[in-house]
Amino acid sequence: MGLIHTLWRFTPLLLLAALWEAVSRFGLVSEYALPPFTDVVAAFSRLADEGLWEHTAQSLYRGATGFVCAVVFGMLAGVMMAWYRPVHILINPLLRSLYPMPKSALIPLTIMWIGLGDTSKITLIFIGCLLPVVLSAFNAARGVDQVLIWSARSMGATEREVLWQVVVPAAMPEILSGIRIALALAFILLVSGELIIANNGIGYLIDLLGEGGDYAGMFAGVATISAVGFFADRGYVALTRRILAWRE
Amino acid sequence: MITSPSPAEAGTGSGISIRSVCHEYRPARGRPVLALDNIDLEIRDREFVAILGPSGCGKSTLLYLLGGFMPLQQGGISVNGRDVTGPGPDRGIVFQHFALFPWKTVRQNVLYGLEKQGLPKEERERTARHFIDLVHLSGFEDSYPSQLSGGMKQRVAIARTLAINPDTLLMDEPFGALDAQTRNLMQEELLAIWNRTPTTVVFVTHDVREAVLLADRVVVMTARPGRVKEIIDTRFEGGMNAEIAKSREFLDRVDEIWDLVREEAIVADSARAG
Repeated sequence: MGLIHTLWRFTPLLLLAALWEAVSRFGLVSEYALPPFTDVVAAFSRLADEGLWEHTAQSLYRGATGFVCAVVFGMLAGVMMAWYRPVHILINPLLRSLYPMPKSALIPLTIMWIGLGDTSKITLIFIGCLLPVVLSAFNAARGVDQVLIWSARSMGATEREVLWQVVVPAAMPEILSGIRIALALAFILLVSGELIIANNGIGYLIDLLGEGGDYAGMFAGVATISAVGFFADRGYVALTRRILAWRE
Repeated sequence: MITSPSPAEAGTGSGISIRSVCHEYRPARGRPVLALDNIDLEIRDREFVAILGPSGCGKSTLLYLLGGFMPLQQGGISVNGRDVTGPGPDRGIVFQHFALFPWKTVRQNVLYGLEKQGLPKEERERTARHFIDLVHLSGFEDSYPSQLSGGMKQRVAIARTLAINPDTLLMDEPFGALDAQTRNLMQEELLAIWNRTPTTVVFVTHDVREAVLLADRVVVMTARPGRVKEIIDTRFEGGMNAEIAKSREFLDRVDEIWDLVREEAIVADSARAG
């Protein structure tokens, strides 16, 4: 049952790969626009020996650092904003001005201020991921049912205990969905940052291969980062299910 | 049988003393709404008092003020000789919609208050087991609230509150969200628990029969703004039991109070329509 079910689920993908191979091989689409599927697979195994993993690891380091910092800082800031009025007054205008800005517009600025290295990419990802985390944490913490807080207080919890033991766990489902949005954003900003200017990383590799006319290699790079993104999201969803097991 | 509201007097010793309490809701937009108008009420130690009134009469507001959840605007409230200034474990509360922590299991919910009391671990576990047993939830210790029925959730909430051994039990329409059969069962169980270990109970409800069944005295409130309309003694000779609950005397008392409540319910209803 399990295996057959899995095969069924991947059938559309296999069909797509076959179609891809066919249109390219029979010349329906130019090989430059869409290199045949098997060529891309061959390029992938060649690149795997030529530094694909090193570039991917470099990208993951940048993405993970910016993302994790944004999650930690964003949760703290969002919950504090909901709980302490002065924090709200301080942070809210910053959020409001940052919110409508397309975060990729910051790429040239972060490069100008911080340089070409890792830090500028990490900063960009941090800023971009921060917003969905802060906003979800703020809204969730503000919306926590009053009677839960009253219950805890009447059982002897202090204000601080209420914050960490009631407000944060009660807000967790909404915070976790905000973090999922941040995760997707992290990949977008990571690749766009590296595409524009970088010395290494998967975005840099994609750009380099494309410039050099190795379109099959470029496709392999795109497929690699897409797969990483896909599994990151699946892994995150599985983690969320575990954390929120009490909702079943 | 019917006594008039007692005049305001200073809180002395045990029991609850509510003196000239007024409370106004001030919405961000619109006119302020007077919810409670000059409430005076004395509740004796270990007395079971039901507060009965139409929706919107401020009966829950009064309970929240007793719990210390909202600041007192006017008047005074003292519980066992101490002025109420904030929430505290001497006054346990049970809410209509249970207010359990959904991310904690039954056991963890009951343990939460006990941890705040700073009891040793062994004693906490023992107390939690005892109260889970008392509300007939043994076997469900590791279930999450989402896996329980409404009646079971309210049992957890009652166990959690009783476990911290409050001097005063505040109940805000605790059985209002339950179906009729579950409600009857829960009323019987609450009565049984209270008969074994009587504490001061303030029980807010809009169910007349429930009020007469459970309480020693029933406080009937007027429609908004809430005032004390009548206080009726509802003790029966020999205490409450299933036989008395079917007696003529009991039913007459329910009718008598229902007549009082009906007038206010009509006022409340037409106020909403207007």
